[in-house]
Amino acid sequence: MTKETDVRVEDKLYQNRYRVDSGRSHIKVTPHVTPSPELLALVKLCPARCYELNGNGQVEVAHDGCMECGTCRVLAEGKGDITWTYPRGGYGVLFKFG
Amino acid sequence: MTEKFDAIVVGAGMAGNAAALTMAKRGLKVLQLERGEYAGSKNVQGAILYAAQVEKLIPEFREDAPLERHLVEQRFWMMDDASHTGLHYRSEEFNEERPNRYTIIRSQFDRWFSKHVQEAGAIVLTETTALELLQDARGRVIGVRTDRAQGEVLADVVVLAEGVNGLLGTRAGLRERPTRENVALAVKEMHFLPRETIEARFNLKGDEGAVIEAAGTISRGMAGMGFIYTNRESISVGLGCIVSDLAKTGHSPYELLEAFKRHPSVAPLLEGSEVKEYAAHLIPEGGYKAVPNLYGDGWVVAGDAAQLNNAIHRERSNLALASGQMAGETVAELKGRGLEPTAKNLAAYKTRMMESFVMQDLKKYKDMPALLHASSQNFFLTYPQLVSKAMQNFVRVDGTPKIEKERRTMKSFFAARSLGGLLGDAVRMARAWR
Repeated sequence: MTKETDVRVEDKLYQNRYRVDSGRSHIKVTPHVTPSPELLALVKLCPARCYELNGNGQVEVAHDGCMECGTCRVLAEGKGDITWTYPRGGYGVLFKFG
Repeated sequence: MTEKFDAIVVGAGMAGNAAALTMAKRGLKVLQLERGEYAGSKNVQGAILYAAQVEKLIPEFREDAPLERHLVEQRFWMMDDASHTGLHYRSEEFNEERPNRYTIIRSQFDRWFSKHVQEAGAIVLTETTALELLQDARGRVIGVRTDRAQGEVLADVVVLAEGVNGLLGTRAGLRERPTRENVALAVKEMHFLPRETIEARFNLKGDEGAVIEAAGTISRGMAGMGFIYTNRESISVGLGCIVSDLAKTGHSPYELLEAFKRHPSVAPLLEGSEVKEYAAHLIPEGGYKAVPNLYGDGWVVAGDAAQLNNAIHRERSNLALASGQMAGETVAELKGRGLEPTAKNLAAYKTRMMESFVMQDLKKYKDMPALLHASSQNFFLTYPQLVSKAMQNFVRVDGTPKIEKERRTMKSFFAARSLGGLLGDAVRMARAWR
């Protein structure tokens, strides 16, 4: 493992302020057997590391740390790999500095 | 809610606030929708503010706006893994009565801006997500559906200032979702240090500020840039790369940011800092050719949502302010003349934009994004490495005859890019710049 992969995104996100809408994810991954290249790319690309591979080789999303940048929407919404909407008003990331 | 407004502004960033303020000041009944807790809580930028455009909206903004530092120094760095070759421009002339550029912290600035919008008479509804545009049978936009109870609001015009990732316009089919080639993903951290430490490290006094824009091996051959901006008691450090490049190469943005922070030219600037926030945002990078249709029946689009960004001059928020103001002026003028905001009449917004610096600048650089993105390996990896080698060769004195050193430098350039490649890049760059 190179030094670069030691970055702990959880520690970075810990500094941020969120009002999490528990149980209401604004991102949903479409059920799949084999993930598309786009979904696989998101495991690396998502800056909050919301996307992870599960034990069965499928991609899952956990929206808690999402910074709502929209990268996954740009990459994966077009072919229907995910659905993306904004969190309800007042919820989600609340930037202190921005 | 059955109340009808003259205009609804979706979003309270630079474009939305400029539009809402402009229309409210001219007596229009304006409703502004913001999904964040307050205006600014969803907004992310480096951030540099250009005074001229703000002055047009709030002439005395310097009296109470939350400004960080006025910029007296601009540094451009071309980096390889061990070094940087810099071009620094610093001038005492920037220590002027009414400085030209400031660093700002967006959540604070936008909050202040929103106060002015409200004082001008606009109703600002926060914690309200706009879900979709309401259209009549003929497709004319007549309002917005929000996530509030009975959340439909009507208006003559909707100003879409919903940001780079805005959903309303794309859901209604008014414009396409941005493509992966046309947006960069930027990540940024806020590093806090005592102000004296920042001033000592960047050679500043008082409220003077410096910014560094960096390109080179930090983006691993992808089209990308790093930046370091000084605020009063913090430093914004970030890095952005084109999304299609990131998807292709599989680099993680936070790993690139960590490597940038660890670079020997950067690490001493940040040493001992406390990180208080980590943010991510998309930046429109497609330039002129990526700008969508700007208006239609009952709607206009401004700012990031319209993909407006002059990447060469880092003017994303500046174009947002300008386009928001022009959108606001167009709508207010139609209202004043008793004209309907039809597509035909709202075409005046596009005319205004085309005649202004906004579209003229984007047009000037229209071929730049394609050139830099298509040849990213050359411009962001090969050339920075060659320049570093050439500088090392020039500066290091080791008994090698200088003529031999120059020959080595020339040879390294030809070996990496060939004479045809070098000339071709020079011509293409000159053409795209023209």
